[in-house]
This record gives sequence, C-alpha cells and structure tokens, in this order.
Amino acid sequence: MSESKMRRYHAHVWEEPIIMQMGSEGERGIAIPITEKEIRETVGSAQSYIPAGMSRRRAAALPQISQPHVLRHYLRLSQQTLGMALNIDIGMGTCTMKYSPQVNEELVRLPQFTDLHPFQDEDTVQGILQIMYEFSRMMCEISGMDEFTFQPGGGAHGIYTNACMIRKYHALNGELNQRDEIISTIFSHPADAACPATAGFKVVSLYPDPETGLPGLEALKAAVSKRTAGLMITNPEDTGIFNPMIDEFVDIVHEAGGLCAYDQANSNALFGIARAKDAGFDMCHFNIHKAFSSPHGCMGPACGAVGTRKELADYLPVPIVTFDGARYHLDYNRKNSIGKVRCFFGNVETILRAYAWVIGMGPDGLREVSETSIINTNYMIKKILSVRGVTMAYPKQTTRLDQVRFSLETLREDTGVTTNDVARRMIDFGVQEYFTSHHPWIVPEPFLPEPCDTYSKEDIDYWVEVIRHVCEEAYRNPETVKTAPHNHAIAKINIRDLDDPDKYAMTWRAYMRKSKSRGGKQR
Amino acid sequence: MESIHEKEQEQGREAEIGQQPTTIRRKLGLIVNPIAGMGGSVGLKGTDGIDTLRKAIQLGATPTAPRRAVEALRELSPLRDSIELVTYPHDMGEEECKECGFNPVVIGYVERGKTSAADTKRAAEEMLLREVDLLLFTGGDGTARNIHEAVGQRLPVIGVPAGVKIHSSVFAINPRTAGQLAIAYLRGEVRLREAEVMDVDEEAFRQDRVSARLHGYLKIPYDAQLVQSVKVGSALDEDESMQAIAWEIVESMRDECLYIIGPGTTAKAVMKALHLEYTLLGVDVVQKKRLIVKDANEARLLELIEDGEAKIIVSVIGGQGYVFGRGNQQISSRVIRKVGKDNIVIVATESKMAALKGMPLLVDTGDREVDEMLKGYCRVVTGYRRSAVYRIA
Amino acid sequence: MKPRGYHLLPSSRIKEVWVAMSANVGEGHPYIPNSVARARDAMLREIGVKDVEELLAIIPERLRFSRRLSLPGPLTAEPDLRRHVEGILKKNRNCREYLSFLGAGCWQHYVPAVVDEIVHRAEFVTAYAGNTYSDLGKWQAFFEFQSMMGELLEMDVVSLPTFDWGCAAGFAIRMASRITGRDEVLISWTVSPERLAVIKNFCHSEHVPAHISIKRVGYDVKTGLLDLEDLKTKISTRTAAIYFENPSYLGLVESQGEEISRTIHDNGSECIVGVDPISLGVLAPPAEYGADIVCGDIQSLGLHMNYGGGVGGFIASRDEERYVSEYPTHLVSIANTEDGTGFGFGFCTHERTLYTVREKGKDFTGTTVGLWTIAAAVYLALMGPAGMSEIGEVIVQKSHYAARLLSEIPGVRVLFTPYFFKEFVVNFDDTGKTVREVNRRLIDHKIFGGKDITSEFPELGSSSIYAVTEIHTRDDLDRLARSLEAVLGE
Repeated sequence: MSESKMRRYHAHVWEEPIIMQMGSEGERGIAIPITEKEIRETVGSAQSYIPAGMSRRRAAALPQISQPHVLRHYLRLSQQTLGMALNIDIGMGTCTMKYSPQVNEELVRLPQFTDLHPFQDEDTVQGILQIMYEFSRMMCEISGMDEFTFQPGGGAHGIYTNACMIRKYHALNGELNQRDEIISTIFSHPADAACPATAGFKVVSLYPDPETGLPGLEALKAAVSKRTAGLMITNPEDTGIFNPMIDEFVDIVHEAGGLCAYDQANSNALFGIARAKDAGFDMCHFNIHKAFSSPHGCMGPACGAVGTRKELADYLPVPIVTFDGARYHLDYNRKNSIGKVRCFFGNVETILRAYAWVIGMGPDGLREVSETSIINTNYMIKKILSVRGVTMAYPKQTTRLDQVRFSLETLREDTGVTTNDVARRMIDFGVQEYFTSHHPWIVPEPFLPEPCDTYSKEDIDYWVEVIRHVCEEAYRNPETVKTAPHNHAIAKINIRDLDDPDKYAMTWRAYMRKSKSRGGKQR
Repeated sequence: MESIHEKEQEQGREAEIGQQPTTIRRKLGLIVNPIAGMGGSVGLKGTDGIDTLRKAIQLGATPTAPRRAVEALRELSPLRDSIELVTYPHDMGEEECKECGFNPVVIGYVERGKTSAADTKRAAEEMLLREVDLLLFTGGDGTARNIHEAVGQRLPVIGVPAGVKIHSSVFAINPRTAGQLAIAYLRGEVRLREAEVMDVDEEAFRQDRVSARLHGYLKIPYDAQLVQSVKVGSALDEDESMQAIAWEIVESMRDECLYIIGPGTTAKAVMKALHLEYTLLGVDVVQKKRLIVKDANEARLLELIEDGEAKIIVSVIGGQGYVFGRGNQQISSRVIRKVGKDNIVIVATESKMAALKGMPLLVDTGDREVDEMLKGYCRVVTGYRRSAVYRIA
Repeated sequence: MKPRGYHLLPSSRIKEVWVAMSANVGEGHPYIPNSVARARDAMLREIGVKDVEELLAIIPERLRFSRRLSLPGPLTAEPDLRRHVEGILKKNRNCREYLSFLGAGCWQHYVPAVVDEIVHRAEFVTAYAGNTYSDLGKWQAFFEFQSMMGELLEMDVVSLPTFDWGCAAGFAIRMASRITGRDEVLISWTVSPERLAVIKNFCHSEHVPAHISIKRVGYDVKTGLLDLEDLKTKISTRTAAIYFENPSYLGLVESQGEEISRTIHDNGSECIVGVDPISLGVLAPPAEYGADIVCGDIQSLGLHMNYGGGVGGFIASRDEERYVSEYPTHLVSIANTEDGTGFGFGFCTHERTLYTVREKGKDFTGTTVGLWTIAAAVYLALMGPAGMSEIGEVIVQKSHYAARLLSEIPGVRVLFTPYFFKEFVVNFDDTGKTVREVNRRLIDHKIFGGKDITSEFPELGSSSIYAVTEIHTRDDLDRLARSLEAVLGE
C-alpha cells in the first residue's frame, strides 16, 4: 500500500499543567452541604470531638480550582488517552481489546445498581444476586465447572485465588510441607508463576520445544514429583498455539497428586469450542474484562472469575451466591473456604455488564465471537507475513487461535530498529501501540497482536499496513523510527529518571523537593 | 479569563522540567585488529601467530576486519559531532574512522601492516588511561583475550565480530548491532553485564579437537530491554538474578554434602553469597559453607568425593549452552560418574536460558557413556524458588 | 457449518428470556463486523480454507465441545436487553430510595457530577495498558492522583491503588516483613473482619516457609482504644509491624498513635496505619503520629458503592529506597523528556523485586482499579483543601448529632463516645431485641440500619455500626430516630 493510504494523525496537544500547578487561592470545585443550624447548635463544633493532638494542623496542600477548570483539565486528559473505542486496538495481545457495548455502560450507571450497599439485607438485593447467580450458571456452562466466584479483582488476582485454594487443599490433606512446587510454562502468563510464588510456592517452568512452540510431555514428566502441588497453565498460551496434549498434561499432574488450574485469560477463541472441564481441569479463571466485554477502564476495575469442580467448590472464597428455587442467598458456610481475597463480592459492575453481554449474544453469538476471532487471526497472519522484517514464531504451527506472536528479529538485525521502536512509531498513525510480550523474550523482538471479534477485515488490513509502513520506514530511515513518537504531545522521555532515586518522583511534592535539591529553578 | 490564561502560561513555564542536561557519555575508544578473520576465509581456523598469518596471506586472504569496523562506525554517525573518538593509527582504527567522516584523536605508534597482539593490548591499556567511556574493538576470540588481559573489567567494551573464532559472548550479533549497542550505551539506555571471554586452542582446533577455555569476563553493555512492562513488575538484572540463584542454592545446602562449584559467574555467585574466596575460572569445593579447596584439579576432586555425598553446581557456559566440556574440564567424566546425575545442579539466569532460543543444553565430557547418561530432561535453577525443566542433548 | 442467525434457546432458567423476543438482525451482528458472510468468506479464501472447521482441526476431537452451549438469549435488540436487565435490577431496593446507615468499609458519600462525567468518558473507560505517549492523559491523571493523595497523607510516595483496602493492608504487611526481615505482624482487634480475612490469605498458611504469623492486640472495651499494655506484652524481636486502623472499624479515633508508633519503632518494627482518607480534612495524617506505611480505601473519594464494587486500596510511604523497592503495586513517576522540552510519566522501576524475591517470593500485580483512580483524582481536585476540611467537619457534626438522637432512645446505647468520626457503635442489649430484628423492622420504614457486628464482636453484645455522611440531612437523622423508636417500641 502506498504511503498516501495512511491516515494523517496527530494526538491532542494541550500542554496541560500538572493539576498541582492550577487554580488560585480561594477557588473551589464543589460546595459541601452545610450542617443545619439545629445540628450545629446541638453538637457544637467538630473540633470538640477530635482528641487532643489528633486534629489536622495545616490544611492539605491540595489545588484550589473552580469546577469548569477541573472539568476542562480532565476532559483534555481524556482526549490525550487513546482508548479502545477510538482506535483499531489490535496490538494488545492477551488483552482482548473488544468492543464494550455502550448499553451495558448505561446499565451499570443506574442507581438500582450504583447505590447498592454490600451489607444490605438479602431481601433488598434479590435483583443483583440474581444477576450474579445466573451469570455463575452461564460461566459453569461455558467452562463445564460447577461453581464460580467473582471476588477476585483481576486476572492475576484470580490466579492468586486458585493458588490459595491449591495451598489450602494440600494443607488440609497434610501434604503442604511436601508439596511445595507449582509447574507452569514460560509462555503462560507470568502471573501463573508470580501468583503461586506470592502464595508461598516454588515455581518450575517448562520451556517450549523450538519446533512446536509447545511445552513437551516428556519435560512435564521430568518435572512432576511428590513435591508437585499443581499445574497452572494458559491455553492457548501467549503465542495463540493450542496445546493439543493439554488433557495429558492434566493426567500426568493428577497422577502425581497435584491439582490443575486452567488460566483461561485467552478464552476468546474457545466459546462453545473447548472447555476447561473437558480437558480435566480442577479449576480455572476467566478475565471478565477481556473476553466477556467488560471495558478495561485504564487497568480496572476488572474481574478474574474463578470456577472449580464440585469437589473443590468448598474451597472457594466466601460468600457464594446460591439459589433455593425461590430466593437468592449469600452463602458464607463453606467449611474449607480460603476465606476472602478481597472485601465484599468483587467488582460487581463487571459481572452486570458481562451478564448483559452473554445474554445479548446467546449461545450462537458466543460461538460466532470465537469463530470470528480465529478467522481474524489467521487472516492477519496471511497478510502480515508479506511484510519485510517480520517473521512468525514457530512457523510450523500455521494455525493460531486468538492471537499470534511475531518476531522483528530480522528487522532488528537488518536495521537496528527494535520492536519497542516499532511500537512507539505505530502510535504516530493513530493506532494504539502493540504489546511486545512478557519476559523473558524467548522469541526475540516479539510482538503479539490479537485481532478479536470487534475488528473488521478493513481494520485488520489497515493495521497490517501500519506495520508495513513502519517496517519499510525502518529500512529507509531507521532514525525516524528510533526517535518516535513524532505525532504525539510529548517527545521520548528519559526512562533513566524512572529508576534513579534522585530523580524519580511519585508525587508533585517529591518532584519539587528533588528539583530544588538539584538547584532547579522551580518555585 | 485573561488573568487565568496568563497564569496558565506562567505555570507552563514552571512546568519546563527538562532543564538538567542528561549525562551523555562522550568518549569512545576504537581498536581494530586488522588481521582478524583472515585465517577463516582461507580455511584456517583462526589467525593466531605470525606463521598462520603468513600462511593465510599466501593462500590469498584479504583483511575483513576493517570493513566490519566501518560498518559498525556508520551506525554511530548520528553522534558524529557529539562524541570524541580515540583510536590507534592506520588500519588499527584511524583509517576506518576517517572513512566514516569522523575526526578521531589518534594515539600510539604502530607500523602499518605489522601490528600484533601486543599492539592490541597496549592500545587497550592506553584507552583505559585516556578514560574512554566505552571501547569498541573489532576482532575475534583472540582479540577479546588480549583486551581482557589489558583492561579486565575496568572498562566496558563491545566486540565487533570479525574473527574466525567467536565463542566469547562479548560480541554483538553483527557490526551494525554493535554500533547500535554503542549508541544505546553512550546515551545511557542500557546496563552492563559480565560476558565470557572464551578461546580455543587453535592448534587443537585445527586438528578438530575442541578445547575451549574460559579466560575471564569482560563488562559489556547489555540491552536488558529497559522498557516499561505495563502489566508486570520490572525484571531483575543479571547480577540480581545470579544473586537470587545463589540464595536458592545456599538455602538448600546440607552440612553432610560436599559442593563442587564450577567456573563462571553464575555458579560463583554462590561463593559470593557465602562470602568465600573463589577462583572465577577454576573449580572450588565447599562444605558446611566453608571453602575446602580452591581451584581443584580433577585428581583432587576425585580424592575428595571418594566417599560421601557430593553435588556439582555448574553454570551454562557460553552462548552455545555447554554444561560440561567447555571451560570446566576439571569436572571430568570420572567426577561426574562418581557424583551421579541426580546430584548435578545446573544454574542459569532466565535471560541466559532465553538466549538459547529453545536449543538444548550440550555436554561434551569426552566420554560417550557419560554424555549419554546426562542426556534427557534436567532441572535448571533459574532464580530464588524458581527453576526450569530443560533438555540436554 | 454452524447454523446461521440468532435463535432463542428455551433452556434458560431465566424466565424473562424464555419469552422470546426475536431480533431482526439478519446475518450481521451489531458487535461483530466480520459476521457478514461476504467478509467472512473473503477472509477464509485468503487463508485458504473452506470453513472455520478446517482451522479448528488443531484442537483434537476429544477436547472439542460437541454440543451447543445451553445458554439463554440472544437478546440482540438493545431495547429488549435493557428491559430485561432493568427488570431484574428493579427488584433491588437501593440507598437512594431508602435511607441507609450502612458503612463498614463502603460508604454512601456524594459523588460529584464532574467525577461521573470524567469516568464515563469512553477514552478512559476503554483504555488499557497504553504507554507513556498514546495514553499520556491517563498517566498524568494517575500521577495527579498520587500527588494529591500525597498532600492529603503528607507522604512523598503513593502508589496506584490495588484491588481494595484489604489487599493494600496485606501488601503493606508483606512489605514490612521484607523490610525488617521479620515474620510476625501485630494486628489491632478493632480492624475490619472483612479486611482481616483478606490479610490472612496474604500472610500464608503456617505450612508455607514465608508464613507471617498474626498476633492480635486487644482493645479497651470501655474506650475502644488499643490496649498499650497488651501491645507491650505481644511485641517481640519477631515483630515486623503493627497494623491498626484510624478511624477504627468501630468508628472511633485512635488517639494513641504517637505512643503506639514510638513503642513499635523502639522495637525496630514498622508502623502501618489504615485510614479512611475522607477523614483527613479534619484528622491528622498518620505520618504525623509516626506511621511508616499508610494504606486505605479510595471508595469514599468519589466512588459509587456499586454493591461493594467501587473500592480501591492505596499504599503510601516516605520516599526512601527501602520502601520504594518493596512496593508490589505500580508507582507512576514523572520524567523529563530526552530533549528537555517537557515531561511525561512512566512506572518507577527502581530495584523493585530483588529483596522481594529473596524474602517472600515476588508479589504480583496486574489489572486493578485504574478508572477508580481517575475518579478519586477528579474528586480531590474538586474538593481542594477547603472541601476536604469542610466535609470532615460536616460529617463529624452530623454523626454526633445522630448518635445523640439515638442514645436518647430508651435502651439504646452509643458506645465509645465522644471521639468518633463518621461511624459509631449502637448497642441494643437493653432493648431486648437483636440487631437483626431491629434492622428487618427498619426496612419497613425504608431504612437500612447499621451493619450488624453482633457475631464479629461478641464482647460488645447486640451491636451495630451506624455510618453518617454529608449526604444525610437533619430530617434524615430525625426520621431514623423516630423510626427506631417506633421499631423498638413495638
């Protein structure tokens, strides 16, 4: 495609000051309801109810800004944020940047939901309990599991919850002293290693076979032992390759006495096609903010929905929503429960949206989502492999499911332009950058697009053209790519500042202090 | 409205926080070993020694190193006006610099066409005295050894590969990446790590016997992908990873067991963690967290493991993934046989594992039976409470 | 080929959906552009396969799901979907139609319209992990959140929030354990039981090597304050930290902060304080009485309750490397641009994991509550210093007015007076009624009574926690008193 077909794009440039620099003495953004005269007269001043020495001595040095300016500032910041709704957000593999139906946003903003308190009497929250219960039934059908919790606040949190259940299971069996290893794979999400580590386990990783990109059965057999507490594995892994031996993996770990947790964060291509239960897993988790359409919200609120087989349902965090045929209840009575991983019941707004999404799609709609995701991915592979400098990792695995890991190693060797450079240059054309991939980079100079069901053929074509344009530019004029971005509000930042204790600053007050001690000319 | 506007502008000025100039490193040294690689083009396995060079020239070899140096330097041309290049005369750097439009500071004295290993060493020593920030050198394993002997770890270096033998991991993949890495380092974008200087005995090599030795470590810039990973925390750097591995090993140590600690920085991180003296390139033996023998040879090892339990802690050496038979020949097949396969603990950082690109680990003990015994899947300790299962072939 | 089009499946237990509402969508689904046959066929041709089944051949038959999913729907037409979901939600009684005095970790504060407008922006709602440049506005809002929280807390380092206060406290305790190399934490008896349950999971089972054991420090049942004598008997060389909350779960202000932190510091331990930030307009920030790590929830700063979904837990500390290197949560730092023309933002990456690896294994982070972080930033920007101190005063006055009214009701006692902030414990022992009975009867008066803590704090008898905020008017409080009197008089 010729250059002229690239859209002209430039990000908003507002040069907004930091809010701490805005406003002026006496301005205010909102008025507080006053205490009625009668109350004041009855109780007197607030100070008399604060113990000596516990009063705030000086007012917090917050900015003083009038309402229109606060609104204007944050609207401008919103404009400087390239949300999925604004762009062809194919690049963020593993993230499933799909359309979040607008109608669902209206539903979660209804006071019948926003103004519910988690400790209201069950009788007064039958509606939301119904949604949570019915959605858990839907999740059971989709995964084959028997019971679900929505308490975990994100994908990693869901994995952590599974690790806590595995821990409790072995502790109750009196085997936790001995079973202290969780097996995972290098291409599983890093949280499948980090979360069991937080839960106190050692982690054993399996490396992929250089031909197939898959972990081998023989490697797994060498890894299991009496010390095996469980397997925590993503499938398809973060390469889009489906592990066809996944049930055999489960069998081997079961035989060794471990439990198996299926990381279904990459489930967008599996609706109605393959289920966790049918591969033999004991537990699984899904990212409701990914495949189930709840928006990503600048990194949350999110939900890692965790499901288990009947036999382990007792270990789930409390409470679980149950239904007695007439009414919905919050069941705290689970004798082996790991307790709680988060206060209350989780980010219920994500459940409300996902309920509406699933019921809006229906069984055939869900299947269509997955089929489209698979077709989109394989179509993109065909298109992108004609781009100079791009190769696909594990090319013998020609068919991928929801995403695919490519490599720009050739481009880097030919031009010196790295995958991070390309990612930074992509955004100059109005598409969000791509996700390179998690570390370690077994596949050098990786990138990991996921063209999910939201994107049209034309969207994919355009996205591939952006990659092509940038790669060709890398051969022609590598400096342009290396110094990108060029069409954004700011130039490349000095990333060394971010790990230098003399320079990093997490707050404006720290920034001012450090600038001053360096003799800067700030106020 | 107007006053607010003015105010914003004023604050906009206050917000200019990019005042302090970033500390760009400016002084770059360049040493070209002009004869490096000449043996290779005519089928000789290296160019060490004056006789070999003569033979190579007779066979019609032409210099390749200067061309490769130029290729690397071209990458640096964006910094032409902002860095100072320090180099040696003639084809040891001066000519290459000028060809790329640099105006280098030329030091030292050599006679064109008659340069030797001694010149390489002297040049490196002088670069160190002149306080260059980074030394770029063009050559092969032999050149790397010379540089190492001259400057050790006192000066960061990058090897531009031009030799016949490239077993050391101090070299960039190709001249261009060497140039790019140099820029990244001068701009302060990458960190340093230790990289192995390996060399084989050329004479043995010519007779198709590989006898690689680990000669030491140079400090090289390392593109640790200093990028922000939004979804996970930051990764450990190489030193930290080795330290984490050492903690894991130390924590598992039992008093009744003898520990044979092989060469290389990863295995020796265990010695550092125990605050023990050690030989980087040798084999040390530890029991009850105390040093038993420093720099043991095969005979001594066999003596020590005569009776009682022993474990071998061994690094993955070099980029090709050798576990035994490269740089740790003291841990012979007889030692391995005696200690037993189950008592071998392989240690490697995750980035070292990633660098294998899925290729299996290798063994070459000189004893086929032992090699066969070692093949199959093994545990590799990759961090604190972290390990991998990996194949030896 | 699978059947085309959208059908209802009468397998659902959701009766409303059984009443078929067939949407007229033809073959194209409104959310899936490539569901149109023409596009789909063109793509299959390009791939070189006949149909999607050919691609699915990579999944072995034995792992394939062989039947159709048994799910309700589809409700493809938006009005149908909306009617269905709204119909279910209407079964709820909410705190806008009822008068609510529930708190205990999730409170009904006023959410300014500007906050809602900003967090409803599609740009923010649908953004995710974009980096420094393409998501500049998101990063700046995050930095501004940290900056304003820093002022409120008078601390130089504030992290992006994690899932909730319980997780923040759990992470803070793990940080303290790594910093001190010790494995025991003292936790005040008056912390929230919900949060304690979360903390327990972070401290591990005792079978795990990195276990942190929890010792509870008692309180004076008369004053509600931490029992300093008990603290002195429990503290030891194993003590990594103390964790207490201020205001406590029971609502009262802990006035012994300085003594507690002195005792803790003399022992080489860390002082961790959990705080409700809305109190900090009138109450001293914990740093002032010696807190080393402060955590809490941002729910009171402009988040709707969302049935407990609107929460997020922050962590803050001094700007010292030993703290910064232990944060498991994301820290956003400001940074200059390379050309010196301006600034941007990124994650502070300083040595974040080394000692983490050593002592307790690496903690995890991931998707948490980004949008709520922006809500809290907008809230603090609107409130300013005056707003924060005024709201604090208003809450104190109203809650004390309410307490006074309730304590005048025969048999009703308000415990732990006079130093509480917005919540207070109401005891019904002398009324002959349980909290459960009282609360169920209050519902008939369209009132949600306070959180029942009878089983959580049995030593306090039949008690509940009432929360009063700026949204309650004098009329509301009078109505509560009248209704309660009526209920108790029955």
